[in-house]
Amino acid sequence: MKKFFSRAFLVMMVVLLYLPILVLAVYSFTDSANIGAIYGFSLKNYETLFTKPDLQAMIAGTLILAIGSAFVSTVLGTLGAVGVFYSGRFGNVTVGSLNQVPVVNAEVVTAFSLCILLIGVCGVDKSSFISLLIGHVVLEAPFVYLSVVPRLKQMDNSLYEAALDLGASPAMALRRVVFPQIFPGVVSGFALAVTLSLDDYFITSYTKPATFDTISTYVVNATRGSQTEIKTALWALSTIIFVVVILMVMIMNMNGNKNDKNQRRAGADSEKNR
Amino acid sequence: MDKFRFQRSQLCIPYGLFLVCFVLAPLIVIIYYAFTDGEGQFTLGNLMGFFSSPNTIGTLAYSLGIAVATTCSCLVLAYPIAYILARSSMKHRSVVLMVFVMPMWINFTLRITALKEILTIIEGNLAYHPFMNTLIGMTYDFLPFMILPIYTTLLKLDGSLLEAAADLGADTVQIFLKVTLPLSVPGIISGIVMVFLPSMTNYVVLDMLYNSTYIMGSLIGAYFSAYDWHNGSMIALVLLVIILVFTLFTNRYADEDAGSSRGGVLGR
Repeated sequence: MKKFFSRAFLVMMVVLLYLPILVLAVYSFTDSANIGAIYGFSLKNYETLFTKPDLQAMIAGTLILAIGSAFVSTVLGTLGAVGVFYSGRFGNVTVGSLNQVPVVNAEVVTAFSLCILLIGVCGVDKSSFISLLIGHVVLEAPFVYLSVVPRLKQMDNSLYEAALDLGASPAMALRRVVFPQIFPGVVSGFALAVTLSLDDYFITSYTKPATFDTISTYVVNATRGSQTEIKTALWALSTIIFVVVILMVMIMNMNGNKNDKNQRRAGADSEKNR
Repeated sequence: MDKFRFQRSQLCIPYGLFLVCFVLAPLIVIIYYAFTDGEGQFTLGNLMGFFSSPNTIGTLAYSLGIAVATTCSCLVLAYPIAYILARSSMKHRSVVLMVFVMPMWINFTLRITALKEILTIIEGNLAYHPFMNTLIGMTYDFLPFMILPIYTTLLKLDGSLLEAAADLGADTVQIFLKVTLPLSVPGIISGIVMVFLPSMTNYVVLDMLYNSTYIMGSLIGAYFSAYDWHNGSMIALVLLVIILVFTLFTNRYADEDAGSSRGGVLGR
């Protein structure tokens, strides 16, 4: 009985979480401009989504910005984490606590303060995309740093020393010994950076060039306007993103299971060898 | 050996410089602007202005109200979800967890748009219940951030403690109140940190759900659009102080693993 209730609660919460997205998904395949009467199947919204130039530009812009800024953040954050790991207490505390600032800070405050610094004090031109890129890196790099640090702590340090003893240069030892060990952290940091960039509204809207839009800023502007064609095209977009996220999660899960099995097998082997 | 150590630690220089230029410097600029007027003269006027105007104090109170309500509703919904998941012997537990966390990766403006359509059908006109709609919107947006840290903490909970409590004669309610709940406090605190501050500042949710009342975030937005950087910086500074107090208070209790779990699932 208890089990039944707890399962029922979980199911109810899942339904509530996904109902809005699913309803929009159904209506995205119709002609209707409002949720209500359905007038029949139509791919009109998907056609609009993939043919209207400003929608295309907005999607392409979002993706390029997300991947570009995630790449920069991953390089910076990873180098930072490795450097700090090998430096003294001073570097550890300074970088560690500065790194924590954007993590706990409200996004509006980060965006506002950065914008005042870059545009107000330094006179950076927003249309150069520099402020936008810096803003996204400020948002993402700390999370990359945080996902690499645990991997460094787990790492077997004697391997690096051994590599040096066997004649590797420090740079080579870092690349061939340290980097492979922290690689999973780097990958998840990159993935996290991409999702943060895709989800961001505040930093984008405070630092972007006037003519550039990401999904977030575009959607917020569209809800202020009243163009039904764009409104329903965005339903199609949210449906596509939903499907992509499901596919990603499924792929990740399959990979995770494989890794688990491999690890278990490796564990069993080492038990045997003992 | 010392030579190598020196070289490796140099790798953090670019990131360190980046943090100083784009994290530390903006904070200094905010403090400078908050305490100067248009002519660059030192003034406490912005500070006085903030605490003497009924408008800004009202906004502060309203955002605290929204934040407390959102945090409570997230907690009330997330705790049972996390508890059931962590305690269950479900075969596909991680998959079910994914289902609850997945909305986090769909752009929040699109999710709020979807929610708005549903709420419009139910209520007819969104303008009648602005506070409730905002509460629903924020809860819908931030729920995964509360589920994850609580789940992580509950998962680590040592099952033998529960057995011991049962052996010593505690009933189910007592076990929950005296063992499980106190031990899950770090997760709860992490969850509160993840939800409380964003719900004080995320004014886009209010905008999209036609709630025209200001919260702290909207004030920053309004001053920013009006190029009033001095008053805007004051608001930002007030928020920074709230964040600082909050962090100092919660750092003592928060769970290190569960904290910063914005992408906790990704890391595994």
